[in-house]
Amino acid sequence: MSEEMEDNENVKKIMFIMRNAPHGGIYSYEGLETVLIMAAFEQDLSMVFIGDGVFSLVKNQDTDAIGIKGYIKTYGVLEDYEVEKIFVDRQSMEDRGLTTDDFAIPVEVKEADEIAKLMQEQHATIPY
Amino acid sequence: MLHIVNKSPFNNSAMDECARFATGASVILLIEDGVYASKAGTTYEAKLKEILGKVEVYALEPDTKARGVDKITDGVKLVDYSGFVDLVEKHKTYSWV
Repeated sequence: MSEEMEDNENVKKIMFIMRNAPHGGIYSYEGLETVLIMAAFEQDLSMVFIGDGVFSLVKNQDTDAIGIKGYIKTYGVLEDYEVEKIFVDRQSMEDRGLTTDDFAIPVEVKEADEIAKLMQEQHATIPY
Repeated sequence: MLHIVNKSPFNNSAMDECARFATGASVILLIEDGVYASKAGTTYEAKLKEILGKVEVYALEPDTKARGVDKITDGVKLVDYSGFVDLVEKHKTYSWV
């Protein structure tokens, strides 16, 4: 997303708040799918991973033995879709014994108060 | 920002997570099973009091009544449906579903 686009009043700031682990339900997968679909509309998108949502980003997910198609590799295409604002809540990450080295994609680690401020700046915050 | 919580704090982390992100001019509205967080005399009361020291907390009265939650922790404000609408009009909202 270029600065020119961010200044355009037709461009809305939309934040996807990812709070679910990847395979216990459909939310996390649906959230990622929705972001990829929305990316076609050239809006100012961001994703923030909070709580068990941080587990969705863990690399080395091997789902063969549970008989479902994994989608961790799909996160890699976010960059191609120019979705580059990917944030992780530090406390959620640390509480779960994770570091950014454990994640499949580069992320920006933020404190809760920084994320709260970003949420306030959005036109819409969408829970997944 | 208006943070809406509809899960009991006793079997779901939504309320605790919400509390970490409800800062500044934020307010929290408890609805559905979220209203159990407002019940006085529970193990959650101390945590709620900490939250009340930081932001305003509302509970939707039709939901407290429906669940027999009649002793509400001091400081929690009860609202009816039109109060709910007023809060939504006044703030950007996020639902911790």
